[in-house]
Amino acid sequence: MSNPTLAELLIVACSEAFRGNGEIVATGIGPIPRLGASLAKLTHTPELLMTDGEAWLVEEPVPIGPRGYDDRKPAGYLPFSRYFDSAVWTGKRHAMVSPNQIDRFGQMNISALGGTYDKPKVMMLGARGFPGNTIHHANSMFVPGHSKRVFVEGEVDMVSSVGYNPARRIPGGNYSGVDLRQMITDLCVMDFGGPDNAVRLVSVHPGVTVDQVKAETGFDLVIEGDVPTTRLPTADELAIIAKLDPHNVRASVIKDNPSADRKVAA
Amino acid sequence: MDKRLSFDDFVAELSDGMTIGIAGWGPRRKPMALVRAILRSDLKDLTIVAYGGADVGMLLAAGKVKKLIFGFVSLDAIPLEPYFRKARQAGGLDVLELDEGHLQWGLKAAALRLPFLPTRVGLGTDLMTHNGFKTVTSPYDDGEVLVAMPALKLDAALLHVNRADHWGNIQALGPDTYYDEWFAKAADRTYVSAEEVVERMDLSHPDDARANIVERCFVHAVIEAPLGAHPSSLPPAYGWDMGAFKAYTASAAEEGGWDKYMAEVIGADEAGYIDRVGGAAKIAALPLPIF
Repeated sequence: MSNPTLAELLIVACSEAFRGNGEIVATGIGPIPRLGASLAKLTHTPELLMTDGEAWLVEEPVPIGPRGYDDRKPAGYLPFSRYFDSAVWTGKRHAMVSPNQIDRFGQMNISALGGTYDKPKVMMLGARGFPGNTIHHANSMFVPGHSKRVFVEGEVDMVSSVGYNPARRIPGGNYSGVDLRQMITDLCVMDFGGPDNAVRLVSVHPGVTVDQVKAETGFDLVIEGDVPTTRLPTADELAIIAKLDPHNVRASVIKDNPSADRKVAA
Repeated sequence: MDKRLSFDDFVAELSDGMTIGIAGWGPRRKPMALVRAILRSDLKDLTIVAYGGADVGMLLAAGKVKKLIFGFVSLDAIPLEPYFRKARQAGGLDVLELDEGHLQWGLKAAALRLPFLPTRVGLGTDLMTHNGFKTVTSPYDDGEVLVAMPALKLDAALLHVNRADHWGNIQALGPDTYYDEWFAKAADRTYVSAEEVVERMDLSHPDDARANIVERCFVHAVIEAPLGAHPSSLPPAYGWDMGAFKAYTASAAEEGGWDKYMAEVIGADEAGYIDRVGGAAKIAALPLPIF
């Protein structure tokens, strides 16, 4: 069998973020997080709820990519408006998203980059559901290109989501729903497990050094002892991933589709 | 009671400076024929409220918008809406940038005839910085401080559905009805375009009554507009037209691109539009996307 790719390692790492989440809606935005959530449901956490990307809940995760058939089997109904009522306001959801910027407080930006608010240099989507998601339910992040441009020094340009920044918190507000879990990048896995929710390095991917991660991150990381190496996918996991992604969309997510172990030639 | 209107009568009932909500979601089930009727009109200084797609981009490109109230603006498969970006990056556009749930909440508040609805959404974010949101304190023992999401009262709401009848009974047959019910209830007048307008829904399509997304007392007028969601999707009838979205997106990169798009694609009338984008048979055959 060929060496697993970095994309496949990342799918497994994303899947681990959903382990033991229970009966909540798992939402992975983008191919790698979606494959990760699907893999989680098909392996260690079958009780996860998941949609077909449209209005129906499915018990068999829907493969990604174009295909000439439609074998989706609805098990339930979760259209957009009900998504808020059933999954967001209730807290019964864990979303994995890919923001453009993230800061040391876990504040994310998908709205606007640079310039002023009235005249941003680069306008993106708008805050979308980030403010509501982050104050109501668990969130994780997937970053395909770990760099200081994403993990910024200081605060993100437009704070689109609530994080752990005490200066941003209006007294008397209820922030008990804020639950930032993991950040999976092409270099490492991080979480908010440091003192006062500081960002902590959980593992580095095979062939990546701690110094490399530090050099690409715009803020300090909490590093506890020897940082473990992110585990490789198992053969079973690779087989499930291949079935969920029959067109190998995953190969196009990371530039040049490198091997899971950076020291091994792809 | 006959609620049928022509496109011209529809436009004539609107006026400059109105707040208009556009139902649908991004590239899905947008009332594009009604949007094109506005593009062809002299209407100006509009406040547009939407989960936006090309509807918002086109109205911005045409200079119709004074203020934009949005949950996002995106074409989904083309994530960044080109004319929305241009308008924002040029500066000077009055915006109320909302969380998607805020928009739902604001429409619900208007529908319930309340000044606001309390929410935690926005706390800890720059939406508080830029939007002038006020907070309220729970009068109960918890004393929680909450954001007061103001009602988004609409002068008019625009919807597109599969069927309507002369009385304003409507049926949206796709699996998702988005937030259309709340747009309709938040508006003084709701204009619904439909692929097909029948005489009596109860006589012709009683088995689809569950697809009636809002009671007819919230429907002011119906406008017959076959393929009226194009280039957005209208499940189960037709999918979105990614080729048309790509051509539209490409126009934003050209000098004078919008004027050309307006003249050569939107044009002077709806029947001609359908021909210019490939004809009715082609649109009706657009496959539904699978995600």
